[in-house]
Amino acid sequence: MAIKSLFIANRGEIAVRINKAAKALGIRTIQAASEADTDSLACRLADEMVVIGPAQAAKSYLNVEAIVQAIKASGADAVHPGYGFLSENPRFVSAVEAAGITFVGPDAGTIAKMGDKAMARAEAVAAGVPVVPGSEGRVADLDDARRQAARIGYPVMIKASAGGGGRGIRIVENEASLETLVPQAMAEARASFGDDGLYMERYIQNARHIEVQVLGDGTDVVHLFERECSLQRKRQKVWEEAPAAMLSKAVRDALCASAVALARRVNYRNAGTLEYLYDSKTEEFFFIEMNTRIQVEHPITEAITGIDLVQAQLRIAGGERLWFTQGDITQTGHAIEVRINAENPAKMFMPSPGLVASYRAPEGENIRFDTLLFEGYRVQPYYDSLVGKLIVWAPDRSAAIAALENALNGLTVEGIHTTAPLHLALAEDAEVGKGLFHTAWLESWMAARAREASRA
Amino acid sequence: MPKRLLAPLPGLFYRRPSPEEAPFKQEGDAVAAGETIGLIEAMKSFFPVEAETAGKLARFLVQDGETVDADQAIAEME
Repeated sequence: MAIKSLFIANRGEIAVRINKAAKALGIRTIQAASEADTDSLACRLADEMVVIGPAQAAKSYLNVEAIVQAIKASGADAVHPGYGFLSENPRFVSAVEAAGITFVGPDAGTIAKMGDKAMARAEAVAAGVPVVPGSEGRVADLDDARRQAARIGYPVMIKASAGGGGRGIRIVENEASLETLVPQAMAEARASFGDDGLYMERYIQNARHIEVQVLGDGTDVVHLFERECSLQRKRQKVWEEAPAAMLSKAVRDALCASAVALARRVNYRNAGTLEYLYDSKTEEFFFIEMNTRIQVEHPITEAITGIDLVQAQLRIAGGERLWFTQGDITQTGHAIEVRINAENPAKMFMPSPGLVASYRAPEGENIRFDTLLFEGYRVQPYYDSLVGKLIVWAPDRSAAIAALENALNGLTVEGIHTTAPLHLALAEDAEVGKGLFHTAWLESWMAARAREASRA
Repeated sequence: MPKRLLAPLPGLFYRRPSPEEAPFKQEGDAVAAGETIGLIEAMKSFFPVEAETAGKLARFLVQDGETVDADQAIAEME
């Protein structure tokens, strides 16, 4: 049954985006707000606002009981979770389902399954989707390590089975260095964790982050091509593009087909994103995880396909079957999104909340700015620093970079610092122009610039 | 004239490294220059509040978990 009223359990630019998509479909909106957000742009756009708790996210946007109670009291027939917060929380989704309210997303079981790395990996393997080759069980001794490394393929990365994070990770280039490094790693693991078991997987040097957008209605699944999100800082995406310019048609077809195969296997319903590591040298891709929600960078896919993903989510949740086939979806031109964060890039990305004294959005053809900003708004310190996403489209990649530079020059935000100067510098960089980057590139680029600046 | 320690940025002030741990400092404790007396959480990141000079932490002017503005006085030093 088509959704008539929608509870928006999120804040910021995505809440603004969801309000607009719902309005376009004639859906009434009820906006959740913490006590710090009652004056937000999303609240101004919504038909109704419900205060769900104090400013701190743990007491408001992350409080399952408070939000479920507010949803029930609101009389909404559906809930859109946005991204982050409770969007991939099976307990929240179960509670919404139990109340007989439509969750704009997959069912709780699918979220739980795809949110578990080991289960998602097993589903991927069953669907024939390549995953990063790794050791089976723990690596028991040097003989076992030799056998497993030969099967996985060098270079391999070894780490302690019992360890967490990046501790004690070693990169092994060939069998000769395996002979020395495995005993070392085992001794260290024994000393640190009381267990000398090792885990081993293929090390992908200069890996790029590529992801495929899918849409499923529970029966049919289509893909909307891929995005590249290799420019990252502290594992946070900073700049995203669609398409991934370095893929050959054959690799793109195989990549997108693998995403559809996996989503189809789990009878996926909703917009979803399958994330992959890509090795440019060997042109291999490896599935890493699936996000069962709308993604921050969804607008670049909208820009190259012309399909409104948030409206699609709402229509699918309302019971519609997909209204297009794979053959109807084409990829045209090139789109780039940059994340405008309230941070000072000149001062180690120090958060910069505060009053927006003056604000002007960039304007022009093929420029889109998804934002929570308005003049006189106070950017709150309690939440994520994302205040806007600047999206440009052009017929090709170099024209898109030029358009981005123009658009960035048309953006004015005074009173707070933003990361716009970082994006301007990136847009002017020759390596970015050639698309020569990987997931560790941005941090080393910034370190090199900092060294240059300190010499000058 | 007591010296006052100011918040380096707006956010939430915490006296403990994590909810399960003991506070960095109690009122009356000696503090070394550069020592951390609390944390400020802003936009999902944590930043230390450090003493500029050595002295005694006379008293806190804000409570654990309270919202502070940039340059708001957090503690008085002697």
